[in-house]
Amino acid sequence: MTCKELVDFLDDYLEDALPEGQRCVFEHHLGDCPPCLDYLESYRRTVQAARAALDPDAVEPVPACEVPPQLIQAILRARRGGSE
Amino acid sequence: MVRPLRFPPWRGTRGAITAGVPRPIDRFGDEELLEQLRAGDEVAFARLVHDTSPRLLAVARRILKDEHDAQDAVQESYLAVVRELGGFEGRSKLSSWLYRVTVNNALMRLRKRKRLAERSADELEPGFLSTGHWSAPAQRWSRSPEDAAADGELRELLFEKIAELPADYRDILLLRDVMRLDTAEASAQLGITTGAAKVRLHRARKALRELLDPHLREEAA
Repeated sequence: MTCKELVDFLDDYLEDALPEGQRCVFEHHLGDCPPCLDYLESYRRTVQAARAALDPDAVEPVPACEVPPQLIQAILRARRGGSE
Repeated sequence: MVRPLRFPPWRGTRGAITAGVPRPIDRFGDEELLEQLRAGDEVAFARLVHDTSPRLLAVARRILKDEHDAQDAVQESYLAVVRELGGFEGRSKLSSWLYRVTVNNALMRLRKRKRLAERSADELEPGFLSTGHWSAPAQRWSRSPEDAAADGELRELLFEKIAELPADYRDILLLRDVMRLDTAEASAQLGITTGAAKVRLHRARKALRELLDPHLREEAA
């Protein structure tokens, strides 16, 4: 397995979808190739970071009373204008 | 014969990025509400705005750090959704759709404000020699972007880099990694095959990693 092939199989590996034989070859390569190991780790962190930064469940809604009434009114007005 | 692994720190990480079970943030998406909205029911629309705007405003503020811009992004999102209600097939919850549209709007506003350019897909692929080896070996990151949840500077960097992604990449990343749709749901929303969705997601993740790399590798610290 080359470094390029390892990168091609990265998602399957991380999602535990590689067949046993391929997984062994994959891990054998990782054990011998620090740059691929560093790449895998930074790739995994990238995915988790995007999720952590924008996950809807991690975004605390502002209290309803703090949503500016003028924003609500502007949205309702614009919608009426757009649908007329 | 497989030699014993010398560096096993990835152990336990398999499965860590699986989309997982969606955790709906909403109680919308029901047919009745959709029908009311499509029929132009103002009360139903006002209820939708009242119930969903607190989270939309929160995420827009988080991305834009500017109240005026954030409110504009939210308003724009509701209007976009009203315009496209006729074509909404209800594959996702209405409030999930609104959330994704708002994130996209806010990222586009951020890109414009910071004068960032959308990058081409070709320049965001990792480089390999014809032998399949790295042309420039990957390096360990000194800072973890996962800290972006607590580190405002890192989070801003992350938003800027997501905003620079090609639109196709940003869409699949938001659907799969942020909204946690599975491949079948995401591909249905994008109108592509599941195979194409998997390939696109992999490219999008690689591209985002490439964009973050110069800022997070050890030598940059």
